[in-house]
Amino acid sequence: MLKVVVTSVLAMAGCIALAGPAAALSPDEARHLLLRTGFGATPMQIRALEPMDRAKAVRTILDSTTTEAVTPPPAFMSEPRPDWPSHYKSTDEETKGVFNRARDAEAVQLKAWWYTEMIATPSPFTERMVLFWHNHFTSGMDKVRHTDLLFRQNALFRQNATGSFRTLVQSIAKDPAMVRYLDSQANKKAAPNENFARELLELYTLGEGRYSERDIREAARAFTGWHMNDADGQFRFNKGQHDDSTKTVLGKTGKFDGGDVIDIILSKPETAVFMTAKLWREFVSDTPDATEVSRLAKIYRDSDYDTRKLLEAMFTAPAFWAAENRGALIKSPVELLVGTVRTFEIPIADTTPFVEYGKRLRQDIFNPPNVKGWPGGTWWISTFTLLERREIVLRLLNGSDLGAAPGSGGIDGNSMGGGAMGNNGMGGGMSASLAGAKAPAAAPVPGIALWVDAHGNLAAAPEAAGRLLLATDPVQPPTGKSGRPMIEALVLDPAYQVK
Amino acid sequence: MIDPTHTRRRFLEGAALLALTGALPAGCAVAPRTGAQASLNNVLVLVELNGGNDGLNTVVPFADPLYAKLRPTLALAPDSLVKLDARTALHPGLAPLMTAWNGGELAIVQGVGYDKPNLSHFRSIEIWETASESEQILPEGWLARVLVQQPGAARRPAEGAVFGRPSIGPLMGANARAVLMDSVQNFASKASKVDAPPASPKNSALAHIVRTQGEIARAGDILAARLQGPQPAIKTTFPRNGLGGQLSNAARLIATGADVPVIKVSLGSFDTHTYERNTHDRLMAELGGAMAAFRLAMVETGNWQRVTVMTYSEFGRRPAENSAQGTDHGTAAPHFVLGPGVRGGFHGAAPSLADLSDSNLKHHIDFRDIYASTLRQWWNIDPRQALQRNGVELRLFV
Repeated sequence: MLKVVVTSVLAMAGCIALAGPAAALSPDEARHLLLRTGFGATPMQIRALEPMDRAKAVRTILDSTTTEAVTPPPAFMSEPRPDWPSHYKSTDEETKGVFNRARDAEAVQLKAWWYTEMIATPSPFTERMVLFWHNHFTSGMDKVRHTDLLFRQNALFRQNATGSFRTLVQSIAKDPAMVRYLDSQANKKAAPNENFARELLELYTLGEGRYSERDIREAARAFTGWHMNDADGQFRFNKGQHDDSTKTVLGKTGKFDGGDVIDIILSKPETAVFMTAKLWREFVSDTPDATEVSRLAKIYRDSDYDTRKLLEAMFTAPAFWAAENRGALIKSPVELLVGTVRTFEIPIADTTPFVEYGKRLRQDIFNPPNVKGWPGGTWWISTFTLLERREIVLRLLNGSDLGAAPGSGGIDGNSMGGGAMGNNGMGGGMSASLAGAKAPAAAPVPGIALWVDAHGNLAAAPEAAGRLLLATDPVQPPTGKSGRPMIEALVLDPAYQVK
Repeated sequence: MIDPTHTRRRFLEGAALLALTGALPAGCAVAPRTGAQASLNNVLVLVELNGGNDGLNTVVPFADPLYAKLRPTLALAPDSLVKLDARTALHPGLAPLMTAWNGGELAIVQGVGYDKPNLSHFRSIEIWETASESEQILPEGWLARVLVQQPGAARRPAEGAVFGRPSIGPLMGANARAVLMDSVQNFASKASKVDAPPASPKNSALAHIVRTQGEIARAGDILAARLQGPQPAIKTTFPRNGLGGQLSNAARLIATGADVPVIKVSLGSFDTHTYERNTHDRLMAELGGAMAAFRLAMVETGNWQRVTVMTYSEFGRRPAENSAQGTDHGTAAPHFVLGPGVRGGFHGAAPSLADLSDSNLKHHIDFRDIYASTLRQWWNIDPRQALQRNGVELRLFV
């Protein structure tokens, strides 16, 4: 059974306790930092942070960042790459159908793999950053189709999670999944394709309105010939398709290639401002403070886009801790799902059901709705998704869909009570290392039963439980309730949806 | 099966007769052409063509030699097209709409766009959905602005219902209520079990959640009550695809008689930068088939008289195809307005393929003129205040 790993880094750091008592975090502050930089917060994590002051607690979180996943890659990554060139040439609909269904099954494995990593990682902050970059440099299964390329792109985000933004932009322009997603493959000397150049300027760096249509056309020419090889899935510079004549981009003229264009874009102060404001919306509030953003953006630019330096400054800024910004962000579906599992340490045999949960809540990971990614904020909450959020969180608390099906290591549609989630169409497919190695066949799934037993004191005290589970006071306090009904009332409270 | 080509005429004759005899019951679904009072009893169904639809391969200027010249691989063969006149034809996937065209219920508004076109998907759809100028940022959707000012809010479960792509677009606004649903029945049965929270918190994120929960509770109660009685069965078969499913739900919602003046559905992605042909063929067939089925379902349940369907999209696509047998972001495009109250036929002229601006088509009709005409002629709402603009009204409705 996959166990929720409580972050060992934090637990250790808690023993060092260097900060004086005056500067020590309150439990509310510790919970706030954990909710904002991770997935949920456990009493143990809160206790580990409490002795520290803000700067040290922030450093502890940032120091925990990892560059490699702890979960072994999905099984398809150790298999030979599918024969894409033959697939593209094939005209036999049946063969193509079989091929496509195999890729769809791999996509489910890939998504379940990431959910497993988010639940198991000792550094939830790392996965929050990977999620941030995934939602920034978007690529989606619907267009990319090559599951191994999406896995490698995900690894690229983890490798550079808090590293150099310059390295990340330069790498993403050559990332094979991106080459496919934004049609760089079709970007040729004789007839440039503008898709990547446009989104690079509009969504990935400068922001809309800070360039002209002509800049897009010229930049597209600089990226001509930046292709990938379908046979081996590697980036390939196609010299014959590259336009090496003179271009004028953002006021600079030269025989630029794509790398030069990225350097020109990064030399613009507006790029640092754009990225800082986006990270602010991710971690601080929906309404970036212009003065603060400009101060932080200067730090970003002066450090040649060192993301860690920027985030350290942002997380220690007064605005990050300000009362009016507490509980002011809406949890994404992934934060809601993974956060609930981590908070209650719910035992999970298989994360496949999370793939369907995410989809229903409108965050189908590895498949953003479009190149702009998930808009976030209030967009997450519609009349449809709020109903679904309430229902799915209750299912997690009950452990409804989370048991291992006997013998398969996977889960089938029938084991999902009431068929509310439909058939997820997965036949096995999870690697043995993820699923049920130690679990007895068809073990009863306790949901939060173990947690309620282990936290009897909290389960009897609505106020204390509320302060652990909610980022603000409950809107509908669970007066007169205790135990499991009280916990259920708290997770159904509107305040459980914010962080 | 009712023969749809004759329905409208029969209805109009019937309505005239009823009006003469004074026997028209209150609340009977007659579209107010000349009536003095606004009637939100009329429904506007918006079909968002998400991603930027290629207008030239939707309403095709097949007789213009430049069309085939600009599109060596993407030009549709004249033989395959559904001809509307000597110069213009519909994509074959839209053939199911010919019943409506022949019956005078389908308007094709040509060359729709706006000054200083923005070629970003996200900014341009915002311009369309807020009805702003190109460089003006408006915080609210155009329908949200209009509808919250209309009486009858207490009776309505919501100002709008959204099926499909979860973007409320023109309904976005602090006071407009937009209900996203998977299906009407599912929503009503789950939502009627939810309580409206008592307080409205100051924290704006939390306030949004509380407000949404309140909307769920309210709309759930009203719809559940509507669904309690015997429901008219809809015999019309909808295509088994995304838009078919969304419009089938829209038909069911309208058939409950619930007061929801706007329904938004969506189809996409039309962002066909590479190998456009197959994708666009599929989307056109989905659009034509689903819209035709929706019309039949509305005729069948006696609701067609109070429905108008309208397409919109962030932009059209570039007249010249690119090197990957696709098209890049463009500007002006044609749009459809469909309904028994609509003045069928062409409105406006097709943009010239010889007179381009920065490789893109020039628009002749501002999209807000379609909105303004709809507000005045379909809902009897003064558009000048709602859109804060003195445009040119089209004679879009009968």
